[in-house]
Amino acid sequence: MRSGQKVNTKRARNRIRPVRIYGRPLKRASQGHRAYRALRRPAFVLPTRLSTFMSDLLSVPAIVPATSPLSRRGFFGRLGVGAAAVAFIAGCDDEDPDPTPGAVVLDFSNDFGVLNYAYALEQLEYAFYQQVTLGGYFLGLAAASEERMILQDLRDHELAHVDFFEAALGTNAIDALEVDFSAIDFDDRTSVLTTARTFEDLGVSAYNGAGRYFSNTDTGRTFLTIAGKIVSVEARHAAAIRDLLAPGTTAFAGDDVVDETTGLDVIARPPEVLNAQNAGAFIVTPVEITGLPT
Amino acid sequence: MNPSFDQIASGVIRQVLPRRQALRRMGQYGAGAVLATLPILRISNTALARSSQSIGGGDIVDVLNFALTLEYLEESFYRQGLAAAGLDIPSADRDVFIQIRDHELDHVNTLRATITALSGTPVTLTDDAFDFTGGDGTAEGPYDPFNDYPTFMALAQGFEDTGVRAYKGQAPNLQSNLDVLDAALQIHSVEARHASQVRRMRGQQGWIPSNSSGGLPPEFDAIYAGEGNTTQGGVDVTSISDVATEEITESFDEPLTMDAVLGIVDPFIIG
Repeated sequence: MRSGQKVNTKRARNRIRPVRIYGRPLKRASQGHRAYRALRRPAFVLPTRLSTFMSDLLSVPAIVPATSPLSRRGFFGRLGVGAAAVAFIAGCDDEDPDPTPGAVVLDFSNDFGVLNYAYALEQLEYAFYQQVTLGGYFLGLAAASEERMILQDLRDHELAHVDFFEAALGTNAIDALEVDFSAIDFDDRTSVLTTARTFEDLGVSAYNGAGRYFSNTDTGRTFLTIAGKIVSVEARHAAAIRDLLAPGTTAFAGDDVVDETTGLDVIARPPEVLNAQNAGAFIVTPVEITGLPT
Repeated sequence: MNPSFDQIASGVIRQVLPRRQALRRMGQYGAGAVLATLPILRISNTALARSSQSIGGGDIVDVLNFALTLEYLEESFYRQGLAAAGLDIPSADRDVFIQIRDHELDHVNTLRATITALSGTPVTLTDDAFDFTGGDGTAEGPYDPFNDYPTFMALAQGFEDTGVRAYKGQAPNLQSNLDVLDAALQIHSVEARHASQVRRMRGQQGWIPSNSSGGLPPEFDAIYAGEGNTTQGGVDVTSISDVATEEITESFDEPLTMDAVLGIVDPFIIG
């Protein structure tokens, strides 16, 4: 089962809404926190700074600015591919073993695989913002408040992205992912906005880090352009959320995400993006990566 | 396999890029007007045919010098604005513009170093290369950004939104050097953060609705032309999504060609 598996294009739609947590359909927002009860809670607290996503356990470089001492590649600080909680299928050939049943496979040697990676992250973001708009914090905001309108727009934008990828990928689309937001308190401003900031910065880093995997063909360049069209919107989102959290400061493009020397934004490769300290903290469905250049 | 940036910078591997002849139709420049205004760009004036390799067109160094030109423009604009005695920038806003200015300077330095590492010659532009009244060197253009804060902010928004579209348009031309592509994407997203912030400081949304400039003068229309596009990769997103059309247009930023960008910034670059 690869990223080219046949899927019912409607199925992913139906499975994204409502969000399923371990098979339990989401109930009304009035059920509050109970709706997000999971069978298992993550044992760690969500880090709020991408630059602190260090995994001692996994020895995976964190998403760091290019000139951090942690970046050993000098100027552009290309992150190495390391072991990760996300399973690797080494190599990219006919000898690959069957993936874990129920796993989603992202094949980066294939342009559709790269798009599916983006699709996966958009699914995560949309599912999050959808829950936000059903949560106590959002619903308590005045209808005309900028904050509410921003969160509503973010939800709509991510849905547009999800819908687009589902349509563009067609039979190549991965299944809908199961997500776990039990660590998030959707009634709490700080929890919602810091998670939003994490997702947006993560999305920026992921798209920035994925551009290189598109092939040097007309299709690859079309997909690269599409990814480009989306990443700048994610960066606009990130800046807005960061500004909501720290208004009128440099947080919109802070030194924690934009390197002070190079002026380069965060960048991360798929294993880091999907590991247990990043997107993997929220994705229940096993995600397997293959086809990354060595 | 692309050599790593370290290898390029150390000269271990000389990056020999095919001298791709960029597709430049002279007619697009209006009798060479842009060549006259931008002598610093090495625009090929021969051989419009693309080789089978140069599908994206545009030598990488040319692309980077184009980006560098825009970064010089932005850096000069913000630095001069912050230093302008006649410009009353509120203190919280000053912090924002200082951060933006610092990033643009970083981008200038990053691009210069990259071009040099690729054995190219980076352009060098000083403040006297620019006319921020928008008067193409007359100093009598329609704008007074260093004495009027709303004008300063409007031009800032215009430059940032243009920069996003400029980088986006060039990304496919950088596929032959993946480290450079990485860096270009990492600058592109920073410009988008800038744009979002400046737009919201001006009371706009951080993202672009339809092809609207949000009430700016007609000269700004070109910056937003095409942003109302709802067909992505052959998919009419309005037909496959319940999201409202305006939000769909906000969800995707559109590229601009190098020519279109040069046309937009032409009034601000002297020569």
